[in-house]
Amino acid sequence: MVYDLIVVGGGPAGLAAALKAYDEGIKDILIIERDYVLGGILNQCIHNGFGLHKFKEELTGPEYSEKYIERLKDTSIKVKTETMVLKVTEDREVHTLNEKEGFQVLKAKSLILAMGCRERTRGAISIAGARPSGVFTAGTAQRFINLEGYMPGKEVVILGSGDIGLIMARRMTLEGANVKCVLELMPYSNGLTRNIVQCLDDYDIPLKLSHTVVSVHGDKRLEGITVAKVDENLQIIDGSQEYISCDTLLLSVGLIPENELSNVCDIEIDKTTKGPVVSDTRETSKKGIFACGNVLHVHDLVDYVSEEAEIAAVGAAKFIKNSAAEQKSIKTKGCNGVTYVVPQKVGLDDQDKVVKMYLRVNKVYDNSKIKVTAGGVEIASKKYDRLIPGEMASINLVKSKLKGIDMDEVVFEVEGA
Amino acid sequence: MYDVSIIGAGVVGCAIARELSKYDLKVAVLEKDSDVSNGTSKANSGIVHGGYDAAPGTLKAKLCVKGNQMFKQLDSELKFGYNKCGSYVLAFDEDDHKEILKLYEKGVKNGVKNMSIVNKSFILANEPNVNPEVYSALFCGSSGVISPFEFAIALAENAADNGVEFFLETPVTAIEEIDGHFIIKSDDRKFRTKYVINSAGLFSDEIAKMAGMEDYKITPRKGEYLLFDKDIGNMANAVLFQTPKEGSKGILITQTYHGNLMIGPNAKYVYDKEDMLTTKEGLKEVSDQAKKSVPNIDMSKVITQFAGLRSSMEQYDFIIEETKKGFVNLIGIDSPGLTSSPAIALEVLDILDKSGLGLDPKENHISYRTPYIRMDHMSNEEVNELIAQDGSFGKIVCRCESITEGEIVDVLKRSIPVKTIDAIKRRARATMGRCQGGFCTPKVMDIMCRELNMEMTDINKSEKGSYILSGKTQKAEGGNEQWSMIL
Ligand SMILES: Cc1cc2nc3c(=O)[nH]c(=O)nc-3n(C[C@H](O)[C@H](O)[C@H](O)COP(=O)(O)OP(=O)(O)OC[C@H]3O[C@@H](n4cnc5c(N)ncnc54)[C@H](O)[C@@H]3O)c2cc1C
Ligand SMILES: Cc1cc2nc3c(=O)[nH]c(=O)nc-3n(C[C@H](O)[C@H](O)[C@H](O)COP(=O)(O)OP(=O)(O)OC[C@H]3O[C@@H](n4cnc5c(N)ncnc54)[C@H](O)[C@@H]3O)c2cc1C
Repeated sequence: MVYDLIVVGGGPAGLAAALKAYDEGIKDILIIERDYVLGGILNQCIHNGFGLHKFKEELTGPEYSEKYIERLKDTSIKVKTETMVLKVTEDREVHTLNEKEGFQVLKAKSLILAMGCRERTRGAISIAGARPSGVFTAGTAQRFINLEGYMPGKEVVILGSGDIGLIMARRMTLEGANVKCVLELMPYSNGLTRNIVQCLDDYDIPLKLSHTVVSVHGDKRLEGITVAKVDENLQIIDGSQEYISCDTLLLSVGLIPENELSNVCDIEIDKTTKGPVVSDTRETSKKGIFACGNVLHVHDLVDYVSEEAEIAAVGAAKFIKNSAAEQKSIKTKGCNGVTYVVPQKVGLDDQDKVVKMYLRVNKVYDNSKIKVTAGGVEIASKKYDRLIPGEMASINLVKSKLKGIDMDEVVFEVEGA
Repeated sequence: MYDVSIIGAGVVGCAIARELSKYDLKVAVLEKDSDVSNGTSKANSGIVHGGYDAAPGTLKAKLCVKGNQMFKQLDSELKFGYNKCGSYVLAFDEDDHKEILKLYEKGVKNGVKNMSIVNKSFILANEPNVNPEVYSALFCGSSGVISPFEFAIALAENAADNGVEFFLETPVTAIEEIDGHFIIKSDDRKFRTKYVINSAGLFSDEIAKMAGMEDYKITPRKGEYLLFDKDIGNMANAVLFQTPKEGSKGILITQTYHGNLMIGPNAKYVYDKEDMLTTKEGLKEVSDQAKKSVPNIDMSKVITQFAGLRSSMEQYDFIIEETKKGFVNLIGIDSPGLTSSPAIALEVLDILDKSGLGLDPKENHISYRTPYIRMDHMSNEEVNELIAQDGSFGKIVCRCESITEGEIVDVLKRSIPVKTIDAIKRRARATMGRCQGGFCTPKVMDIMCRELNMEMTDINKSEKGSYILSGKTQKAEGGNEQWSMIL
């Protein structure tokens, strides 16, 4: 049996993609999720702050996903939970494993990859020292507290001021732990401004910018850490070392898209985003296989995840209905302050279209402008009060403006960077 | 009264225990930690050395070559996993080339098989990631890799299956000699024994001292490692050594038995036998050196780093002797101790035999050990048969390594008790993958609570005091329905 569409991953990206494809007329859809519930990472995000853009109201993570899960019931979309996808192939085979059906090979006309991301660990940032218990990624600590009802520790330091780190600083404080400080390697926070105010400032938790952990101490449970200041080249400033005693170190040092399935399928991966290279329909380098959400690039707001998932769904629906014409496409590229642009390719034929381009910058820029050029000609620009690496920015690209330009790529840059 | 008591359940102690379990003897193994193979035997390169670099005529040369030849048979009996992948000693110039020729000569003297000097094009054809400036290499087809702790665990389980008694969390604190036998004390507990085997690794000098032998001094020599994601494991197919220079063996690059890329170790004397700290400088040295052999290692793929301590002494060779009637010392068992361990065990049996310990073969001895259930080695049909019998084999717990609940429960039911997260990690590989337990630690802990009747807050990562959770949240403490539902 061949499904029209299989969606791998039942987080916000997978849910939104399945529902949108359904609205586009695709009825034979299967969502596969390895957890026992749908909703992905949102299940452990019991704080407010989801859906401001999409639903114009502040929801918790589970409330946000519930809006989608509710809707599933009125559709013919099938769901398999507690089912692990072990492999996907170029021919759109999906190898799965679960308790009831064992190992199976399913087939689909089109696939949408929505596997989300995982947290970077201590190893990935090479913190030297001992290896006691008490060093957790922030998401693991969040899971213990919010889903299992257990505290990972009492005297806490958090490394990394990404959103998860900030939210966990507040969460642990509310649970009675002593959060001593949040350390950030960069001279600015990677988290949303509102999280810094609501999670740190309101609780008098110091944020130490340009600081990092140089060593971990304790042979059984964590006893303390040595921290140090870093200079503008991120090198440790000698003499700035300081010992902080603590029993818990939470790491919020970034997320990595979970592309093990994409790798095995030999899908082309962007070295910067660590996600697949996609066209404006979110099709990967393999025909009929689309990707969206955190597996494609790490999003700070779930609203954009849903938005992107819908784009992928439209692309997949067209592909399934055989109405996706082969297109000539042009590469996009970020430089001079723009670290990456998604999509990495834009189709050139459907010239009536406007493509919303997502990008990130390498540092903080106040009162700046993003400029888009093709073959040396400026085709778009947008002003921003503030651009920061922690917040994804977007800019519209009007395809008709590319008409007649002799070009190799479309370039995005911060003006004057 | 025990016939033989072995102090220390590293790979050496476990190999001796397994060898003794073939005979009609009452044998005890006393180990201070909560699991076997928790000392040097868990943190090393995991290489079954060919034996060409040990000085000819030494115990190291003899036992390494002999041990190497025993691995195939051992693996067929104990199923711990052994990959005879071969090794290269890479030479980058004329001087290096002269050195590897010397190694080759030594290898011939030591009786090493399957060696040859190979040229650049041979190396690059088989190891395309090696620095193209490579000049030549000594290839040794009899080298291989194992997972060192799984080997030691397999030896221990088979010994226990055959009646050897393992006492974990039993640190030896004193040894007395009375009427021709020994009383080994571990705090309040006493073990009476005819023979003592001191295989306490780094601490073997201190154990010897407890029995009045003061002449040994071990200085730990640290080696640090970086372990990488499996998806770049194939940067090295065989073990890639560098040409030894001025006493330094150089940094090796290997694909571990389970397919991760691993680089290390450096060598630095330290003064504390518990100092397993990795250092920024050490890790940099390891990665800088490794890049000389394989330039394009992606450092963003590191998943963890660790260090191990060699038991080094002034004397070059292993000490394996009955220093005092009934007391056998194994001291200074540094590299290639892992490779040599099965041959060391035979050497020790020989000593015991000559000393008058009667060795009567056991009638019902079983030399085979049931391997852990490893679904990655099964066909799809076998997987489905297994799941049809027990659905827990269809539930993935560790996503990175695709380890199911059934596979975790399986390792909890063996003859050596499993009590910690690290013990599960070393057996079932859960928490050992690229996310290092980020996703599955909570689930593994749930399984431990259920299967071993433990409380979440009693679970340790490794030794006592290495707790994972400090208590319940305020909400859970309040007995909120929502939590009890999820728990
Ligand atoms: C801790 C945290 C706090 C956040 N806070 C906010 C906030 O306040 N506001 C906001 O707007 N956004 C927030 N975000 C961002 C937002 O939640 C994410 O961007 C969004 O959840 C990403 O959705 P996704 O569907 O791509 O990934 P996920 O939610 O990670 O879902 C991916 C799903 O795929 C499944 N999956 C993966 N691999 C397989 C496989 N092989 N087989 C089967 N299933 C698989 C996973 O189990 C998971 O359920 C936060 C994110 C995190 C991590
Ligand atoms: C960096 C490094 C790399 C290496 N690479 C290789 C290699 O690739 N190939 C190879 O062949 N060899 C290698 N070796 C050598 C090999 O690892 C060792 O020779 C071997 O593991 C030693 O085993 P052991 O049983 O003697 O010691 P250990 O594994 O240390 O065991 C000793 C045990 O005694 C216990 N103990 C100590 N004191 C007491 C006490 N008072 N009471 C009770 N128990 C006690 C300890 O807890 C421990 O479990 C390497 C070593 C190092 C450090």
